[in-house]
Amino acid sequence: MSTHATTAGHAAVPAWKEWLLTTDHKRIGVMYLVGSMAAFGVAGLMALIIRAEQMELGMQIVTSGTQYNSFLYFHGAAMILAFLIPGLTGFAANYFLPLMIGARDVAFPRINAFSVWLFFFAIILALLSFVIPDAPDIMWTGYPPYSVTTSGNTAFYVFTVHLLGFSSILGAVNFLVTVIYMRAPGMGWNQLNIFVWTTVAAFVLQLVFIPVLAAAVTLLLFDKYLGTHFYDPSAGGDVLLYQNLFWFYSHPAVYVIFLPAVGILFEIIATMSKNRVFNYKAAVYPGIWGIVAISGIVWIHHLYISGMPDWIRLGHMVTTLLISVPVGILVLSMWGTLYKGAITYNTAMMYAASCLYLILIGGLTGIPLALPSMTLHLSETSYVHAHFHFIMALFSAFALFGGIYYWFPKMTGRYADGALATFSFWMNFVGVNVTFWPLFIIGKEGMPRRYWDYEMFKDVLVMGHPFEDFHKVATVGAGIIAIGMIMQTYNFIHSAFKGKPAPANPWNSRSLEWTHTVSPPGPGNFGDTDVVVDENWTPYEYNK
Amino acid sequence: MRKLLSAMTGLAGATLASGQALAQEIRNPAEEWEHLWDEVMMDITIIGVIMTIAAIVMLIKYRATSPDQVGTAKKLTTVQSISFALIPAAVFMADDFYLAANGWTVWNAYRRVPENAMEVKVTAYQWYFEFEYPDGTVADGTLGDDDLPKPILVPQGQPVVFRMYSEDVLHSFGLPYYRVKEDIMPGRITYVWINTEEAQTEAILQCAEFCGENHSKMSNPIHVVPQAEFEAWLAKTAAEG
Repeated sequence: MSTHATTAGHAAVPAWKEWLLTTDHKRIGVMYLVGSMAAFGVAGLMALIIRAEQMELGMQIVTSGTQYNSFLYFHGAAMILAFLIPGLTGFAANYFLPLMIGARDVAFPRINAFSVWLFFFAIILALLSFVIPDAPDIMWTGYPPYSVTTSGNTAFYVFTVHLLGFSSILGAVNFLVTVIYMRAPGMGWNQLNIFVWTTVAAFVLQLVFIPVLAAAVTLLLFDKYLGTHFYDPSAGGDVLLYQNLFWFYSHPAVYVIFLPAVGILFEIIATMSKNRVFNYKAAVYPGIWGIVAISGIVWIHHLYISGMPDWIRLGHMVTTLLISVPVGILVLSMWGTLYKGAITYNTAMMYAASCLYLILIGGLTGIPLALPSMTLHLSETSYVHAHFHFIMALFSAFALFGGIYYWFPKMTGRYADGALATFSFWMNFVGVNVTFWPLFIIGKEGMPRRYWDYEMFKDVLVMGHPFEDFHKVATVGAGIIAIGMIMQTYNFIHSAFKGKPAPANPWNSRSLEWTHTVSPPGPGNFGDTDVVVDENWTPYEYNK
Repeated sequence: MRKLLSAMTGLAGATLASGQALAQEIRNPAEEWEHLWDEVMMDITIIGVIMTIAAIVMLIKYRATSPDQVGTAKKLTTVQSISFALIPAAVFMADDFYLAANGWTVWNAYRRVPENAMEVKVTAYQWYFEFEYPDGTVADGTLGDDDLPKPILVPQGQPVVFRMYSEDVLHSFGLPYYRVKEDIMPGRITYVWINTEEAQTEAILQCAEFCGENHSKMSNPIHVVPQAEFEAWLAKTAAEG
């Protein structure tokens, strides 16, 4: 169907115009999905170039250190700001949160549309950095003085952050108002999906902390282009001011990614196990909100070697260790939801099961990094690189992919599961392990981050092998991931049109996005009848 | 709350006491780092193994045997609910305090510079380090005649503290051999000290904070050599400079 007739005999609106002008949260969700997957593809290509370059000593692929640096900058910035955050809070929250609470759309649909268009403009701006002669080369962290003195175009970075930040703040206001005011009658707070709670928490974090990032990068813009000296000690400024402002946002930002990813996993695990969430109130209150409460007082663990005073480094050691308590309670609930379940395995559940492993590796390898004394050695090594890839790139991305497989029948009326899905899952899972485990090992021996060459370490042997051998293995892993991701992307596109047709609720979920809608849900989501739930209803009512 | 306060008081007291004891003896932070690493690895491996086994067992044991089967987990009672939050919280917090106490001790080992340490001033530039010794000799870390980074020598037996400053952008003084690094920046003087009881020619200094095009090339071997050899090198460096 390429055009849609409207009522009262008005002229049909062409499909492209409908999408361009849409304010429907489901379509906006799909737009976020397409944008974030496009960003993932480009940033992933950067990763392949980086891995190809690091495979051997000497310069093989890139033409200069600066070119390598600009690719690495793009990879980090795009993966975090244009793939993970928009994929999780843009796509998944937009499409499914209103459905889960029985709402017909979000509170401010036109502002919602404005948010996604800001996101698209930010992507265009970021991609333009490839065609200008002075691409930004400042890493996603953008620390001054280098980001001020470099000839690279720091303004691209700042304006991209402005656009994305503004998009996120508007989204946060929109969704918080939606959840507070537009829940179906009868739906109390303790009847919300865990995914709704995690998304609400993520939006609270965005609302509170993004303004600080905006301040950090705006002052950077002023220093570089307007001659101010906020970060210049020779004129009264302070280099460390930027790092503190930046990480004050960027640590909570990891929970903006982590929490919705965990939320998706709870939905998959609860549905595929046909089980209630284990200790729901503990997962929500000390778990999710405990993380939110502590997330704002741990940022110094990103500055453990930065020259900050000793007392604050040690103070944040205590708070960083303590945040493992709410994370542990949340993780325990995730595990517990499997207990006495009746598990069936689709592709989503395979991703969810792999996420249990990924969260353990990612989370536990963070524990040494909570200690400043350990971080004095591990900081800026491949150990840190592997740690955050396990928890952000691997755990959070795999949770997102699991969510796409899980909700695929709802969005398209077709399954994406099948031989191709299973095979690409295994390619991805094996690939990420082959890529990142070697990096832990050489990281502990001192392999630095952000190095395109490591010739000074050529005589260092780890388990009888030089760093280069470990890098070769990691690059093979990256190749395996590339194949897996290409196959998976093809599978998504192919299945959207030619996949096996699915009923409205193929997994027999009790959650509203499945029980009260057709696939895909039409305008207004629930047909003519508003959703009303019983005061005893929960989305996990498998066994009363 | 009371337990928390008394644990923290005990922790503070133990730290002060251990700090006093540490000030007198010769410390080797790199060795203490390795001990702590082994302890932390053991800690996280135990947790990881328990959680992995639990996951694998449940993922297999609780597979559905028929399509309409549902889970049979019962809703927790209030007591169970609170217990399943408080008891794990207490276990995690106990582990956290154990790690914090050990981390604190090793931190002090790194941050307390021994009184008799030799002071070497380090200035970082894009893209090399410069070392100034107490007698005023300056050794620059640029490439030597053989196109390799020049080794920088320090004498065996006396701890060495590097007091560091940057003239341009952020850099970092990374010495994996000694399990230590600290950032270098304009506007502040930061420091790193090393125990030089053992002679060695393996340590590699690497810049560990992104500083631009040749960040990957900013490196020098740091050798610990007997006093006589060091003094000969120092004299030669002074003459060349």
